[in-house]
Amino acid sequence: MRGRAVDLAVALFVLICTLPVVGLFVTSFRDKDQIAASGWWTAFSPVEETRAFRLPDRGEETGVLLGATLTGSVLAGDGRVTGFGITPRAPVAFAPGEVARFSGGGTVTVSADGAFSVSDRSGHAGGRRIYYGARLSPRLTLGNYVTVLGAEGLGRSFLNSAAVAIPSTVIPAVIACFAAYALAWMRFPGRALLVSAVVVLMAVPLQMALIPLLTLYNSAGQAFGFEAKSYVGLWLAHTGFGLPLAIFILRNAMSALPGAMIEAARMDGAGDFVIFSRVVLPLTLPALAGFAVFQFIWTWNDLLVALVFLGPQDDTLVLTGRLLNLLGSHGGDWQLLAAGAFVSIAAPLCVFFALQRYLVRGLLAGVSR
Amino acid sequence: MANSQRVGLTQARAAPIAGGTHRVAVGVRMTALSPWLFLAPALGLLALYLVYPALATLWFALHDRAGQDFVGAANFAWAFHDPGVRRALANNLLWLLVVPATSTALGLLAAALTERLRWGGAARTLILMPVAISFVGAAVVWRFVYDFRPEGAAQTGLLNALVVAFGGTPRAWIALPFWNSFFLMAIVIWVQTGFAMVILAAALRGIGKDTVEAARLDGANGLQIFAWIVVPQIRGTIAVVWIAITLAVLKVFDIVLAMTNGQWNTGVLANLMFDRMFRGGGHLGQGAVIALVLIGLVAPVVFWTLCRARGQGQGR
Repeated sequence: MRGRAVDLAVALFVLICTLPVVGLFVTSFRDKDQIAASGWWTAFSPVEETRAFRLPDRGEETGVLLGATLTGSVLAGDGRVTGFGITPRAPVAFAPGEVARFSGGGTVTVSADGAFSVSDRSGHAGGRRIYYGARLSPRLTLGNYVTVLGAEGLGRSFLNSAAVAIPSTVIPAVIACFAAYALAWMRFPGRALLVSAVVVLMAVPLQMALIPLLTLYNSAGQAFGFEAKSYVGLWLAHTGFGLPLAIFILRNAMSALPGAMIEAARMDGAGDFVIFSRVVLPLTLPALAGFAVFQFIWTWNDLLVALVFLGPQDDTLVLTGRLLNLLGSHGGDWQLLAAGAFVSIAAPLCVFFALQRYLVRGLLAGVSR
Repeated sequence: MANSQRVGLTQARAAPIAGGTHRVAVGVRMTALSPWLFLAPALGLLALYLVYPALATLWFALHDRAGQDFVGAANFAWAFHDPGVRRALANNLLWLLVVPATSTALGLLAAALTERLRWGGAARTLILMPVAISFVGAAVVWRFVYDFRPEGAAQTGLLNALVVAFGGTPRAWIALPFWNSFFLMAIVIWVQTGFAMVILAAALRGIGKDTVEAARLDGANGLQIFAWIVVPQIRGTIAVVWIAITLAVLKVFDIVLAMTNGQWNTGVLANLMFDRMFRGGGHLGQGAVIALVLIGLVAPVVFWTLCRARGQGQGR
């Protein structure tokens, strides 16, 4: 009995954590009209929609003219009409099969399968609007993704984000490995002070650094004739901001290695570089992977640093920036926002599910000790 | 920097000897030099990207809009009297009161519950998943949850649909004064709970089974064991998680930008700083002062962490 309660509580926990994401995921495949008509939790059941339909004029292809009678169907796909009407104020006043009379003459009837027939000797009914309520079968589509990747520019931004995140992960990882080795296994004056400094720098709010660095980039760019906003500048900024955590995690992992092993290598005549690259580094790979997963997710998801050092212009905008723009310009178009959000979180989610073990290790190493 | 100068000097002196007969001397010199060779790239980047900006911020705080004329404490006086700064500071403090405590408590609950299940690993993966989602992505996810349609229309936002199902009135949650901040906090709690859970789950695995067993033999029930035996043993880890989330909360920026852009009284210091620096022509001095306020909030936390790290360093 108690075991059941724990199962239930955890299930509830998981549900609350995942349901918002599932909802958006389902929404990203839905049709615009259906998103507005019903909640995503009904996405796989028929949707009740009220729509307008313009009766064809004589001679138009959509209606078939039989004497004075127009026939055709109000439904384009599958579905059942639950009621119809001839004014927008009473869109479902008539049950399927009943006959409605237009004020100017002529009658119309709509049957449950969507077939309508208009008898109209006076010619008033052609081109008029009728209204109907229908249960439409769910329409699921990949069209939203096609739109956001192409017309909305998220495809381009996906590549930009990759161009930001991958070097911004590799560069600090490499640099931190060397620094961490020195701080873990080399003796020199000021070592303890440097380790403390790294801890302090981990907590510096990076927003503080943006303006001074931007002014520095601008004046250096003017003095030496390079573009102030560039990928290289952004990579180095991400490197600088990520280094304290990287050094901290890697130093902890390296100093946990047995000292006797390092001593033995030293006795065999190995220099520091050999010990570092042949002995210490291979044993630190899991911690390195932990940092890399963490840093990749962080740089991919970053908005502020990319916005400041790369700018908001179209050709270099990263995914998070593009998604923010989409929120501003298409705030109510949930089919686009949902698809856009999933494009932007796809890569970090894949990395998360594939390398979760290392991420957990990285998180643990980042806070413990 | 001092380090790179030192590297340069030693290299210059070592150069003529290298290749000569004084191999031993070179070896000794290389040993003294090599830590700095290993450290140089990292120290250079840290100095440029973190230490220099900190000093520059101090300098900007004492200067005018464009960072040219010295204005003394004028920017500090502005920050002290500006209602926007006060509002943002109050919001930040509210965040600090609510988010770390709630995330840590929920994380502890999730860690303790999943520990007992066979499918606990899978559950933990799903609870941790929001960690991988960007704050802008999370903002889209949650704006959809909080979505509002006028009363009578079909509510497509999950929260309003639930409210209506239980007979309530739908509301525009993120425009609701005061309470809207809590709806933004919920998003950060959603992200941070998984993080807290992972760290605390590892700590729970590390506690002595014999202490729990002894308490059980003494007749303590599950809740008593958890409150009096388990929690005291992982007190240190709880504090670390609390601190880590506190630091994350002080940096909250994207969520507010993407959810409300600081409207409806939801602004926090980081957003205010961004606005002062980049919007409406920008004011470097005022932006820098807000940065210093943020650092002032972070400083005690860092000090505590440092003392703790020092204490442990000596212990080892």
